[in-house]
Amino acid sequence: MLAKEIADILCAAPLTEWDEKIMNQDYRNVFATDLMSDALAMIQDNEESTVLLTGLCNSQTLRTAEMLDVRFIVFVRGKYLQDIDLEMAKNMDITCLATDLTMYDACGRLYQKGVAGIYG
Amino acid sequence: MDSILQKEYTVVQDDYVNAGKVSSDIKTTLAEIGISPKILRKIAVASYESEINLIIHAYGGKVYLDVSDDGYISLVFKDPGPGIPDLEKALTPGWSTASEKARGMGFGAGMGLPNIQRVSDEFDIESSPQGTTLKLGFRAAV
Repeated sequence: MLAKEIADILCAAPLTEWDEKIMNQDYRNVFATDLMSDALAMIQDNEESTVLLTGLCNSQTLRTAEMLDVRFIVFVRGKYLQDIDLEMAKNMDITCLATDLTMYDACGRLYQKGVAGIYG
Repeated sequence: MDSILQKEYTVVQDDYVNAGKVSSDIKTTLAEIGISPKILRKIAVASYESEINLIIHAYGGKVYLDVSDDGYISLVFKDPGPGIPDLEKALTPGWSTASEKARGMGFGAGMGLPNIQRVSDEFDIESSPQGTTLKLGFRAAV
């Protein structure tokens, strides 16, 4: 599923610049967590097609994505990054969106549309 | 075996603002000498978790990166204490003693050391109240 379709389904707004290249890229896997250690342990493959859903909105979320080579994050529960973290996301080339949906609803909507978890 | 690259870093206790900067530099440095993305990712994950441990559990510490001409990459994390009281438990997935502050930053899932062990080709840890030394090794073609 294209990133822009994921944005539509989740009614998500861009926090970072709307990058057409990323938005037209295919994302087939979702990992949802507020625990970055779990993300570091569980996302072992398919990082280029994995979107991270999280309610943890700070620099460590970005650092975790950086280490994992995950380039697409959707923040749930209406969370927003601070300006300093937005700058960091930009420098790391990570696209960030935000939705007011809860984690449960965001995951449910994507699952219903056929987007798989990290194990496919 | 000769060393082709050496770097040393200092990590400060409770410095959440800069947490991850050392691992980010290690990842960039190793990418510049041509380490493959797959191995780079393993090293970055191990390094980041270990760096976080220095910040949230130890009194800060030092990180030593060494790359040999045969492609062996060594990462050593050395801290001055307070040590890991029960190493066996610390290596058990799900077990954590992280503070509320650390948990608020997304850590303390009890996956740190087990995950570091999983992604490393070599893993050695020694701990006492005087300090912990974690030695990690990775084999990569340079």
